[in-house]
Amino acid sequence: MVGTSLRGQGPANTPIDSLLVDTTTRLGSVKVPAPVFTASGCAASGQELDNFFDIATIGGIVTKSIMLRARSGRATPRMAETPSGMLNGIGLQGPGVDDFISNDLAWLQQRKVRTVVSIAGNTVEEYGRIARRLRELDWLTAVEVNISCPNVESRGQVFACDPSASSAAITEVRRALSSSTPIIAKLTADVTDIVEIARSVVDAGADGVAMINTLLAMTIDIDSMRPVLSGGTGGLSGPAIRPVAVRAIWQVHSEMPNLPILGMGGVRSGADALEMILAGASAVSIGTSIFNDPSAPWRIQRELREELGNRGFSKLTDAVGYAHTVFGANE
Amino acid sequence: MNRPVQTVGKIIGVRKTGYYSVISIACAGIAEIAKPGQFVTVSVGGENSAMLLRRAFSIANVDDRSAYGGVIEIVVSAEGPGTRWLTTRKRDDSLDLVGPLGKPYPIPKNPVSAVLVGGGYGAANLPWLGKTLIQRGCRIDSIYGAATDLKVYGQMEARRIGGSLTITTEDGSLGTLGRVTDVLPEVIAKHNAAVVYACGPMPMLAAIAKIADEYGAVTQVAVEESMACGIGVCMTCVLPIIDDDGVSKMIRSCVAGPVFDAARVRFDDINTLPPDIYGADGMAGH
Repeated sequence: MVGTSLRGQGPANTPIDSLLVDTTTRLGSVKVPAPVFTASGCAASGQELDNFFDIATIGGIVTKSIMLRARSGRATPRMAETPSGMLNGIGLQGPGVDDFISNDLAWLQQRKVRTVVSIAGNTVEEYGRIARRLRELDWLTAVEVNISCPNVESRGQVFACDPSASSAAITEVRRALSSSTPIIAKLTADVTDIVEIARSVVDAGADGVAMINTLLAMTIDIDSMRPVLSGGTGGLSGPAIRPVAVRAIWQVHSEMPNLPILGMGGVRSGADALEMILAGASAVSIGTSIFNDPSAPWRIQRELREELGNRGFSKLTDAVGYAHTVFGANE
Repeated sequence: MNRPVQTVGKIIGVRKTGYYSVISIACAGIAEIAKPGQFVTVSVGGENSAMLLRRAFSIANVDDRSAYGGVIEIVVSAEGPGTRWLTTRKRDDSLDLVGPLGKPYPIPKNPVSAVLVGGGYGAANLPWLGKTLIQRGCRIDSIYGAATDLKVYGQMEARRIGGSLTITTEDGSLGTLGRVTDVLPEVIAKHNAAVVYACGPMPMLAAIAKIADEYGAVTQVAVEESMACGIGVCMTCVLPIIDDDGVSKMIRSCVAGPVFDAARVRFDDINTLPPDIYGADGMAGH
């Protein structure tokens, strides 16, 4: 955690050349030179996107949430397009943490890409076991803890919907990881009070929060008259959920203005990214928009620089939470 | 492997053929390196479209020496709002393209006899494949089928490249009444075909692979699986496939396919999660 407020100084009266805008930002104790990341599950481990832009030039790659064991994922259909968004129910298909470290992470390290590893578990203990495998990897930018998973020890209740389960998972990861690796807890907005969950993970040792995860949703095929996805429900993402994300970021930043927030949920342009930063995000992740435009993270980073410069912000950090100042909600 | 590019192409023509629209697009960087079986994805609905997912189309043909530079052709069937938007594009309109994607049809080293089977617009990439095979000295025979005559694609193109063409329609409006699988055994047997190439709906591919196998021919299928990204990051287009190590896995049809050796595809298990699939035992919890 940084000691001083992340809320900035405000913009100058005149536009600034976008090349002169300082986009350095922080994720917990780590300083990153660029503010745009990928969102977990939307970039695999970065290799495929490297065909379209230099992935070392963005803030970093957030890898697809990895679990302890290999997972096949669910049966198909796993995806449905919805207005300004999509539903997915992949089921965290992945190779398991050991294969992931020796293949995916080895490639990212060799490629010199800033990397946030996203981890997921079925039990509190499992979160700890995965985190211990990452303990020696001091080059990682951060570890994202995806707590939007059902807790098998609590009748499948999602960790992120319960403050004490969220806290227990983060405590376990904090204990297992090197103290120099920042922890970002990924939150869902499918809760009554997201601020309460944010407080519980920060008290448990999270250095920042990522929000929002996909929203639980469903779509039904009116010809077959059954849900489209094999799992029935799935996660809604894309611009359709952006206002929900902005609201969640706003609420958490209002109460915890010093907490680094990695904002995500339907960001499609630099203007969208700026909106999240004004709400209180210190960096943004690009998810579903990558499917629409594989160059999106790189393009949005460039556009964000222009949006900041056009408004006279010489530093990205000056724009973080700036809408609160103007609105006066937390003054 | 040729790396895909993202580029803005310019439409140089849209022509209607039966039920389908053939769109020719000048797009530097794709036509020059694409091979039969590969595909492109196209964003639909404009910059602020509510349709986020790119639509995937097999590359039907390329011309890398046209006056416009590299040109590709795609065949579009207007089935939903995205494809309807595409078929109403005009000459000089721009399209955002990514390609070439996926693995092409493998071409035999020896000049064998091949049967090319297409269902509906699934036949779109077969004339180009046929031309490539003929250049390698292969004999080709084509079977194109559809529900009705307007949905049979590619007669002209197939006749132009040579070899026999058998057409089947389920309503008998054109060619032989019936399905491609009704005439396939005879065509394989007559020309002693060593390989069958097939593109079309999944049940058709499964039936073709079964018949070809009975007649001792191998089958290469190009699948049309629904995909969100087309570039290998989203994990939505997976199929249960037997991998090189003999283990069945959920494998991405966009990067490992869309062309697969049919013997590797577990057709009966598509849309299910067979318990012996790699990682199925890790799915406890959720």
